[in-house]
Parts: sequence; C-alpha cells; structure tokens
Amino acid sequence: MTGSRAIRWLRANLFYSVPSSLTTLVLLYLAWRLVPPFFDWAFVHAVWTAPQPSICRNAAGACWAFIVEKHRFILFGTYPYAQQWRPGLGILIFLALYVVSAMRACWRPWLALVWLGGLALIGALMWGGVPGLPYVDDGRWGGLMLTLILATFGIAAAFPLSVLLALGRRSNMPAVRTACVLYIELIRGVPLISLLFMASVMLPLFLPEGLTIDKLLRAQIAMVMFAMAYLAEVVRGGLQAIPQGQYEAAEALGLSYWRKMLLIILPQALRISIPPLVNTFIAFFKDTSLVVIIGLFDLLTAVKVSLNEPAWSGYGMEAYLFAALVYFAFCFSMSKYSQRLERDLSRGRKHILRED
Amino acid sequence: MAKESGDASGPIIEMRGVDKWFGEFHVLRGIDFSVARGEKIVICGPSGSGKSTMVRLINRLESHQRGTIVVDGIELADDVKAIEAIRREVGMVFQQFNLFPHLTVLQNLTLAPTWVRHMPKREAEELAMQLLNRVRIAEQADKYPAQLSGGQQQRVAIARALAMRPKVMLFDEPTSALDPEMIKEVLDVMIELAREGMTMLVVTHEMGFARTVADRVVFMDRGEIVETGKPEEFFSAPKTDRAKLFLSQILGH
Repeated sequence: MTGSRAIRWLRANLFYSVPSSLTTLVLLYLAWRLVPPFFDWAFVHAVWTAPQPSICRNAAGACWAFIVEKHRFILFGTYPYAQQWRPGLGILIFLALYVVSAMRACWRPWLALVWLGGLALIGALMWGGVPGLPYVDDGRWGGLMLTLILATFGIAAAFPLSVLLALGRRSNMPAVRTACVLYIELIRGVPLISLLFMASVMLPLFLPEGLTIDKLLRAQIAMVMFAMAYLAEVVRGGLQAIPQGQYEAAEALGLSYWRKMLLIILPQALRISIPPLVNTFIAFFKDTSLVVIIGLFDLLTAVKVSLNEPAWSGYGMEAYLFAALVYFAFCFSMSKYSQRLERDLSRGRKHILRED
Repeated sequence: MAKESGDASGPIIEMRGVDKWFGEFHVLRGIDFSVARGEKIVICGPSGSGKSTMVRLINRLESHQRGTIVVDGIELADDVKAIEAIRREVGMVFQQFNLFPHLTVLQNLTLAPTWVRHMPKREAEELAMQLLNRVRIAEQADKYPAQLSGGQQQRVAIARALAMRPKVMLFDEPTSALDPEMIKEVLDVMIELAREGMTMLVVTHEMGFARTVADRVVFMDRGEIVETGKPEEFFSAPKTDRAKLFLSQILGH
C-alpha cells in the first residue's frame, strides 16, 4: 500500500513526462557527483585545529583551522589585539538590539531611546578615549564588527530620514515635493559604488581646507543617502495604501499634520510595509561589502586579507564559504523574521474577521 | 485668541455666495445658507447634488473657491491654525465610519481629546467611557474596530466625534453603508443627541429621521439649494417640481 503510494507520488512529481524524468535523472546524477565529495571534504577529512599550518597542507579535506586561526581578524579586523573585547562586546550589544527590536511587545516609543543608547554605547566602546579605554582610530576598525556598524548605523539613520523623504514626496508643498522626487530619482539612478567613490574622492575636494571628515564617516553617509532613497519608496507605497478616509477622520478631529501622520497614518503604513522594508534591509546589509573599493576592512575584505599570509594562503574556498555563511546567517534570519511577522499580522486580521 | 469662540447669539454656520468647482465641474453654485445654534437640519437631494460637498466645506475637508464661510465666528481660509480651531468645534461622522483600525475603541475616543485638547489621560478615559455608555457600547471598549459590526462602529464614530465636545455635529450619510437591521440603532443615538440640543447637520435619505428631529429640511439638486422648509411642509407639499420628483423617487419604492 505505502509502496504503491510512494510510486504514485514519484510518478506525479518527478516522472510525469519525458522532460521531467530527464531533469530528475540529471539532478540526481549531479547530486550524487557533488554532495558526497563535498561532505567528505567539508566534514570527514576536514582539519579543525592545526597548531602548525603544515598539518593542513597534508590533509585531504577542508582546513577549517584557518578560520579558527584567523577568527579574531575576521571578526575585528586590525583593531588592537589587546582591546578586541571592545568590538566583541559591541557585536553582543548589536545582537541584543536586534533581538529586542524583533519582539513586538517592545514596539514602544522607548525602543527608539534604547537604540540611541545602544548605538551611543557602541560608539563609545569602539572609539574609547575615556579613562580605561584607550582611543582607537576608526581607521583600524574592521571585520564583522565594521559590517555590522555600517549596516546598523546605516539603517538606523536611513530609516527615519526615509520616512521624512516619503512624506515630503507626498507633500502639498510643491518645492518640498520636487526636492524629494529629485533626490530619490537621482540617487536611485546611480550605482552605490559611484556614490562611495564620490564620498571618498570627490567630497574631500569640496570641503574647505583644514576640514576633514574621516573615511568611515564619509562611507557611512554615502550608504545612508543611498538606502534612504530606496526605503523612502517603500514607505511611500505603504502610505498610498492607507485609505483617504483615515486622513479625513484625523483631520476632522483637529489633529495637526504631524500628529495625524505620527498617530494615525504612519503606524498603519509602516505595518503593511514591513516585508518590503526588511527586503531592503537585507539588500543593504550585503551592499556594505562594497566599501572594499574605498579601502575599508569589512567582513569580506578581512576574509580576503587573511588569505594573504603565505603560511595560510590557498584556503580561499574555506575563507569565502565562511564569509558566505556569516552573511547568510544574518540575511536568512531577517528573511525568516519578516515572513513570521507577515504571517502573524495577517493571522491577526483573519482572527478578527472570524469574530466579526 | 478672541476668535476662539464667536458671538454666542449669531448663527453658528454662515455661508454667503459659496461656489466650488472640481476641475471643470461646478459642484456648488451660489450657496447662501446659515445654521442657528441648536438647529437640526437634514440635507437631502439626488446623488451628485453637492450635499456631501457642502457639509465637507464646513470643516474644510474641501475648500471653496468663491464666497465666504464663517463657522463659530471664524472665517474659513487657508490659515491652518484657524482651520484646526474650527475642526476642534465641529464633529464629523462619515459614511464609512473611518475608525482608526490600529487603535482600540477606547483609544479611538481618547486620542483627539488628549492630543488636541491636552486633556489628562484619566479624564479623557472617563469621558470616553461616559460617551460609550451613551451610545450603548461601553462593553466593547477594549475591542478593535474590525471586531465590531457596522452599526456598532458607527456608534463608536459618533462617540469619537462627541469626545471633542463639539458645538456642531456633521453627519455625512451616516447610515448609507449599514445593513438595514443596523440603521435603527444608529438613528436612535442621533435622535437622542438631537433631543439633548446638539446643533446637527445631517445628510441623509432617512425621511423618518427628518420628520422626527429636523427643524428644517434642505433640498439640494445640481449644486443648488432648491428648497428649504419645515419637514411637514416639505414632505406633504413640496414647492418645486424637482423636489416632487425626488420625493416620489425615494418614497415610491
């Protein structure tokens, strides 16, 4: 009985026509040729610890020992070795902020203060310059910590600004509207790389002599400007989905423009924009790797640079797989979270309809 | 600040020679119209006659292009502060209820008093519960609008407008989006409100309601006020052919 059901399932799903059968067979063959060797390489013959690089040289499998050896550099870049507990603690603070923000019970006005406090704390930790924490120039920041800084500070700054930009684009004031449209279309029309180049090469030329903005800040500003334009369009989509009656009801009660927006329109508009917002966050997180072109040591660059040491060269596969895995962990959590959120919110609505 | 409250004896709403266009379309033509304090007025007319637009001019949800509108002693113009001052005194009930779906019933009622009138939260909540009792829906205070029936939502919407303690209430076809069995519960609340002396402008085709509470019926057609009269006169002996035609159409079926 179960045997024939299995056969019927195979027929219906994998062998329902000649092309489908061929595809199935080709994929099975590829899986057979690729998966076991990869498994052997990655796990069975892999070297996990190697006090001497030579141990890896003689192994038939992956040299994960390389990652173990270089993990501090990959996580923290060239941050002074003895002080690396500071970016380490910074990463933990970032993770805590992400977790707190993911809980809907914490979606309260105080969350904004928690973020401000958390980010200020991270800045103080990283720069130091206070008693007990020696000053560390941000040119020495790097690795995963730099990636998280660029992505998180970037989104934390770009998101509120994008809301203003989206409101501006729908404003009744022609000058404001035109300025916002121009900004959005201009930024969306150029690649991020060109913005980063402009920030690192052209911006210093326009600054008055003596005034310098450091490279990290310039890159961060360029990324915020870029993310703002995209996020603004997402927020605008949410704003457009709110019925006219909501605006009218708020106005009829005598609410001013900002109260109407903050209390009535934005809470609804942002809620429906969550999936596309998270989508943009994910893209932005990965885009931070482009800062390599202006010489910043983000996660990907740190991984690449650690391959330069002759004793450990030749482990590119392991190094890039690891980098991919880290990016994937962050992006996949965001994606999973947004899916759950979407489901939760729509379940809430259905639940309400059933009670009606 | 002297503008805040107008001459207590004069009309609360006064329109003089008001015209409005939507693009090329002339929605309102030379409207002269005034409402005394405490007066209850029912506005009726065929669809597209401009009756909703006329009501929406009073709290500036639409703006007029010619003529003057004075509400409670304040002239309506582009001055945002004056518009907000008028809106504080003029409550509005919409055809589609327009409750705030992300807030509970109670929060729908306390929002404007706390943010616009700066009423302490406790006081606003007491006022809200008092009003919810009045519209007989106090037990639903912690529900969300989507969990209520249409009739219940509209009663909440009335209470929400009353929470601002307005001097005038505007009703824009308050029962048109309701299932027939829910119309009465909303009309009952409105009749009670009328008996308490509220100044009311009601756009509706509920002629039973008009007979019960209206001091005057205003009949509009093609952007003009065609006829005004006491309900018994208007219904039994309309003066114009357009009103006769309209009445035969709505009472005929």
